[in-house]
Amino acid sequence: MIASHLPVLQVALPLIAAPVCVLLRRGRWAWAFTTIVCWGMLAIAALLLDQAMGAGPISYRLGGWAPPIGIEYRLDGVNAFVLLILAGTAALMMPYARQSVEQEIRPERQHLFYCVFLLALTGLLGIAATGDAFNIYVFLEISSLASYVLIALGRRRRALTASYQYLIIGTIGASLILIGIGFLYAKTGTLNIADLAERVPALGETPAILAAFAFITVGVLIKLALFPFHLWLPNAYAYAPSFVSAFFAATATKVGAYMLLRFVFTVFGAPFAFGTLPLKEVLLSLSLIAVLAGSLAALFQTDLKRLLAFSSVGQIGYLGVGIGLASVTGVTGALVHVFNHALMKGGLFLAAGAIAYRLGATDLSALHGLGRRMPFTMAAVVIGGLGLVGVPITSGFVSKWYLVQGAFEEGLWPVALFVLVGSLIALAYVGRVIEAAYFRAAPEGGEPVREAPWAMQLSIWAMIAGSVYFGLHTDLTVGIAERAAAVLLGAP
Amino acid sequence: MEALTHVNYWAAIALAMIGLYAIIAPSNLVKKLIGLGMFQTAIFLIYITVGKVEGGTAPIIDPAYDVYSNPLPHVLILTAIVVSVSTLAVGLALTVAIKRAYGTVEEDDIDEQDRR
Amino acid sequence: MSHAPQLLAALAAPIAGALLVWACARWPRLQELASLAAAIALFGLVVSLAAAVMAGDAPRVALFDIVPGLPVAFALEPLGALFALIASFLWIVTTVYSIGYVRANREGHQTRYYACFAAALASAIGVAFAGNMFTLFLFYEALTLSTYPLVTHSGTEEARRAGRTYLGFLLSTSILLQLFAILWTWVEVGTLDFRAGGILAGAVSERTAAVLLVLYMFGIGKAALMPLHAWLPAAMVAPTPVSALLHAVAVVKAGVFTVLKVLVYIFGLDFVASMAGSEWLIAVASATIVIASLIALRQDDLKRRLAYSTVSQLAYVVLGGALATGFGVVGGAMHIATHAFGKITLFFCAGAIYTAAHKRLVSELDGIGYRMPVTMGAFTVGALGLIGLPPFAALWSKWYLVGGADEGSLVPVIAVLLGSSLLNALYFVPILARAFFPAGGLPVAAGREEAPWPILAATLVAALGTAALFFYPQALLELVQPLAGSP
Repeated sequence: MIASHLPVLQVALPLIAAPVCVLLRRGRWAWAFTTIVCWGMLAIAALLLDQAMGAGPISYRLGGWAPPIGIEYRLDGVNAFVLLILAGTAALMMPYARQSVEQEIRPERQHLFYCVFLLALTGLLGIAATGDAFNIYVFLEISSLASYVLIALGRRRRALTASYQYLIIGTIGASLILIGIGFLYAKTGTLNIADLAERVPALGETPAILAAFAFITVGVLIKLALFPFHLWLPNAYAYAPSFVSAFFAATATKVGAYMLLRFVFTVFGAPFAFGTLPLKEVLLSLSLIAVLAGSLAALFQTDLKRLLAFSSVGQIGYLGVGIGLASVTGVTGALVHVFNHALMKGGLFLAAGAIAYRLGATDLSALHGLGRRMPFTMAAVVIGGLGLVGVPITSGFVSKWYLVQGAFEEGLWPVALFVLVGSLIALAYVGRVIEAAYFRAAPEGGEPVREAPWAMQLSIWAMIAGSVYFGLHTDLTVGIAERAAAVLLGAP
Repeated sequence: MEALTHVNYWAAIALAMIGLYAIIAPSNLVKKLIGLGMFQTAIFLIYITVGKVEGGTAPIIDPAYDVYSNPLPHVLILTAIVVSVSTLAVGLALTVAIKRAYGTVEEDDIDEQDRR
Repeated sequence: MSHAPQLLAALAAPIAGALLVWACARWPRLQELASLAAAIALFGLVVSLAAAVMAGDAPRVALFDIVPGLPVAFALEPLGALFALIASFLWIVTTVYSIGYVRANREGHQTRYYACFAAALASAIGVAFAGNMFTLFLFYEALTLSTYPLVTHSGTEEARRAGRTYLGFLLSTSILLQLFAILWTWVEVGTLDFRAGGILAGAVSERTAAVLLVLYMFGIGKAALMPLHAWLPAAMVAPTPVSALLHAVAVVKAGVFTVLKVLVYIFGLDFVASMAGSEWLIAVASATIVIASLIALRQDDLKRRLAYSTVSQLAYVVLGGALATGFGVVGGAMHIATHAFGKITLFFCAGAIYTAAHKRLVSELDGIGYRMPVTMGAFTVGALGLIGLPPFAALWSKWYLVGGADEGSLVPVIAVLLGSSLLNALYFVPILARAFFPAGGLPVAAGREEAPWPILAATLVAALGTAALFFYPQALLELVQPLAGSP
């Protein structure tokens, strides 16, 4: 009975849980409740992925109304995979949240923090779960509105301006998607993605479809923060509360990548996007610039969180490369990278937050000698950092391997070269962090620094260990991603 | 005549452009939000126009009529209006918080304070 | 098959050593003991494995797939056994030396020193045992990273700058060129296994192969082929035992070892020989031999002179592979061994001189032969050995190399080989002359002042090794003979 309602529970559970957090009134209680909810969602996501991979796509009719009249939740390998990433990240990060939030958020607001967090999660899960184009817009705005609030809760006042900036850019992006969906609806008379996928390619190159494609692509790229639409990201991630930076770094842009995949491959179809329109050239060049520009900018940051944020700009470029290659190998690479990057960057931002928790700052100069004083946290930073570089054995390597392989298969060896150059720059910025923490002496007479609390360590190491585990055992991630990519590209 | 049938679209495009300009040009954070509101409203107008069926009446079932306008865009836009209002609320709340923290809502002043 | 556990144990021994060193952070003497124990255990395991290889066995083990179809795998073959033997034996010697050196010079950060040393050895053994190009690459990079803290050991600004050069050269070449080539190979051929006869032969077009050859040869930065050699002299800021074992043996030999592996098992010697675009490699290697020797002539810093000499000698090995004849490859492989013993002796002496007399420049060495007769005696052995004089080991490897050049009737190469021996003499003999026949006449009352006994003992063992290899080259030859292709 319940099993058949899992798809909607996945989204409804956090939505219902959010106001409950308000009623709980106590930060600690709200945290415990949210933790339970997140682990419940992880269980649901795992069951759904199992179903979707085993028995093929799951279709769930909201309120029993058959599509295309009713709203359909449709789960294939792609979005079930994304759901698992989202729910898994949230669940693994919850142990970390309690102490981090207690330090950064005022006591009377903590339960509200968890409420907004659950709303953000609802939005992200909803985008992934739904099979309805307009629903994507609504969930996108739910997650965005919640994220503006969460980012604004950062301790420094720059968090406010960062959030405001994000609100303006984000709303423009979402509005563009709204226009695009409007055009699609005007032309096809449906909002159901599966229906759209049938009708849109048949319409061919009409001006309305071209306009819809342009609006939606640009809107999604803004949300994805692909160069040159990345300007909101560094400040937003750098000044948000630690837990929020980590959670959004791991999830928000991943959902952006999912939307891009869904619209480009499922709705418009690869022949239209890559054959009729030069999306491949545009996406690949933007992505490569993102890889280089983001990584180079990261190299010149003096603050760990900003460094990680710019590194995200670069890593999003890798996602773009994989999608832009438009081959099964490339999209596999992008999907695997979505998963791996969520683990690595999530873990790294958590570690940066743990450092901020103990030191009150994340300047690279504050990190001097930290390798001895916070050995476990810094070890996590090193392993996660090596993952960003793409060192073998870490999962970052696996995704880059597929990207490079995809580039070779398409005969685009300069793309492969750029990916490697990006790795090299990543090595340089990770090297700066390592040098600061391990090869510089701690300032004389500084106060002693204790290692981060064990609960925070737990979350950090869960993410980092995952990033190594999936570097060694690639069958799971690559297997799922390969099948998902095949589904997207319409291969049997 | 041809141009007139599309007057709604022209109006929407004009509104959207004015809105975008109002987001980009002023340094005042509140004015930017007004621009954002206009931009979104323009999009609502497009949707409503799409839903209009020539000669159709309001979509309330009545034996006297058999052509109705498409109600779905209205419903969608109702949702979008809610979203837009919420966005405006969050944006204004942020502006209030910024005013408290910086003592100003002028972007230039804020930038200057951040640089210091 | 039965040797797979030994293979893994050999990899685990230095890692366990590193962990032990780390665990014994409070007891410096235990750290020394742990390093020594790990080194001896490793050597024992490697000897038993090498014996198995000579008996015709080919131990192999695959661990896990890094991407589907591409495992991290180990497989031992003669060349790897040779490299592992040398590295593990000299690790024992160097550990003894290190104990004396670290104590006498009061080097700090002993935990990091010994732990990284052991980690570097683990990486070197991983390179030696790698069963496919990818595994090799993995350990190749691990070797770079694990030696970085050793290069920057002193923590001075100079050391840090040298460390950046070191990392910059090695990582950028390996990632941009080598990894690129590896990926390309993978996409073209679908395997990265080391197979007799090569995997590229017949699978890719001549042009692709020519480009790949360039990528591989310059991508293996550790082979210090000019113009990508600058990291090696820079690395000389490290403590001397590091320069001795790592930058005369483990790291650089890992480089030329990789070159040979790629030429023999990825390209296949016949393919290289038949390839139109492979002569440049002979030319570059020859040029490196000559130019590096000329630069060495002008170095006053003893360790830098040795470093340039190493650059030159490494090119011998590359040359051996590039000749793509049976003699050439055997000569190259043997030179890995003979140069290792000779050069480590010289570095040990340089370190002994620094420890006992605090001298680093050649121009300061007047009469040092009377203050430190044992050390300088060993230095003489090492120097004569590298020049290629009997009764020292390098004679054999040079002999084979000349043979290889002769097989290909490459007269200019023979000229380079012989001429470079002359150059070797030109940069080593003046040092000996200064040491034993100082310009200002013999010192009146030269008090003996040798380095501490562990340093001395290690130096002597290394020096004896280079002589021993001259008299008993048979085992070495038997080990590397299969490389030539004809069983």
